[in-house]
Amino acid sequence: MNVLEIESLQKSFDGREVLKDISVSVAEGEVVAVIGPSGSGKSTLLRCATLLETMDGGALRYLGRSAAAPGKDGKTVYADAQTLKEIRSSFGLVFQSFHLFPHYSVLKNIIDAPMCVQKRSREEATKAAMALLSKMGLADRADAYPYQLSGGEQQRVSIARALAMGPKMLFFDEPTSALDPELTGDILRVIQSLAREKMTMLIVTHEMAFARSVADRVIFMAGGVIVEQGRPEDVIDNPQNERTRAFLKKLER
Amino acid sequence: MLTSMLIFALTLLGALPLALPIAFGRMSKHAPLRMLMQVYISFMRGTPLMLQLLVVYFGPWFILKIPLSNGYRFYAAIIAFVLNYAAYFAEIYRAGIESIPRGQYEAAEVLGYSQGQTFWRIIFPQMVKRILPPVTNEVITLVKDTSLAFSIGVMEMFTMAKQISSAEKSMTALVAAAAFYYVFNAIVAWAMNRFERRLAYYR
Ligand SMILES: Nc1ncnc2c1ncn2[C@@H]1O[C@H](COP(=O)(O)OP(=O)(O)OP(=O)(O)O)[C@@H](O)[C@H]1O
Ligand SMILES: [Mg+2]
Repeated sequence: MNVLEIESLQKSFDGREVLKDISVSVAEGEVVAVIGPSGSGKSTLLRCATLLETMDGGALRYLGRSAAAPGKDGKTVYADAQTLKEIRSSFGLVFQSFHLFPHYSVLKNIIDAPMCVQKRSREEATKAAMALLSKMGLADRADAYPYQLSGGEQQRVSIARALAMGPKMLFFDEPTSALDPELTGDILRVIQSLAREKMTMLIVTHEMAFARSVADRVIFMAGGVIVEQGRPEDVIDNPQNERTRAFLKKLER
Repeated sequence: MLTSMLIFALTLLGALPLALPIAFGRMSKHAPLRMLMQVYISFMRGTPLMLQLLVVYFGPWFILKIPLSNGYRFYAAIIAFVLNYAAYFAEIYRAGIESIPRGQYEAAEVLGYSQGQTFWRIIFPQMVKRILPPVTNEVITLVKDTSLAFSIGVMEMFTMAKQISSAEKSMTALVAAAAFYYVFNAIVAWAMNRFERRLAYYR
């Protein structure tokens, strides 16, 4: 069963085509890493998949349910608000710069959406949140405010916040890029443990070693198209396409 | 003294909430509404408050030939103050709302918050914290502006001080009035400062 299906996604900004005919499916429990040079459209792909950006063309489905599909004139038409609301609850997104709510404590950041979006009781939400915080090694930081945490801790809280909604799939957009190098390890370990628990994930990353170790499949994007994809050992260690090779070579330097 | 404080309190009670829909109108995608609010704000900020008081007070008589009643003076003053201050507050709100990072909206959207929940739970509290310093400035100006109500004959602090001092041919009443405004403002500044400190628990 595919959790996510994107078909022929097309997206332009001010007449400039940023995504050209992108198709991606992610199976249940699969971990997909998306790599590629800056400006290749990785974030835009994620933002379209998470409904933060509207697609110009193509289809988007979660668990077989249509969020967006081409209309009669070929332009993408979105499902009604209620359907989109339900579909939104099937995924979570972790941002590069966390976007925690600064006026809420760590605990409140995690329980607020379960309580006011999913109408769960405070006790239930708190219990689940504390379990997630322990898992992130942050049980003793529940009452802290985001500004009191290191970047790595903030990012772990934001992962807990996304997980608290019980998503079927998680998206990450360069989850370690805003962190000091010595803090990236914590985040990568958290994602790795999620992968072991068979969480379905799509991760945009510049960390090749991490992509190689965590991903079942690597997608290399350039200029708004998928240039190459496959098992990490094939794409990263033995790339077939010239552009992939050039990109990876540049990273090594 | 009571009249001045009443003008002050009622103006805030009316203008602080009214400024919110004006700010929304000013940021609306709907161009005519946005333009209307823009004109409203620029008019309220670009003309003297005293003139606005006169227009609100005499307008009904000059335009609609409704006879002026004595009791209307006070209401006219409140209406004019509220309309004027709402325009200033609206601009402050707008700047505050626009200063909240896009990511806050996006994080809330992905988590499934409705637009109303996003505004009242996530954006509004952060806006309040950010706009407190400029709002304090306006509130302090308002304390002094209440004296303008004398222009349409509302018997407020300043009007009385003027009458007493000219009757007694002494400065005492004016000095007392000055002391009143000064103490009033000191209290306002103290209260706003406390409020600001209460919101200092996060950054
Ligand atoms: N809101 C926007 N308006 C206009 N152009 C945009 C917008 N968002 C992205 N773009 C453009 O679309 C292209 C793809 O951007 P995107 O952010 O998806 O790239 P990326 O692969 O994530 O790059 P990076 O590795 O630097 O994060 C870029 O050329 C960018 O300038
Ligand atoms: Mg990006």
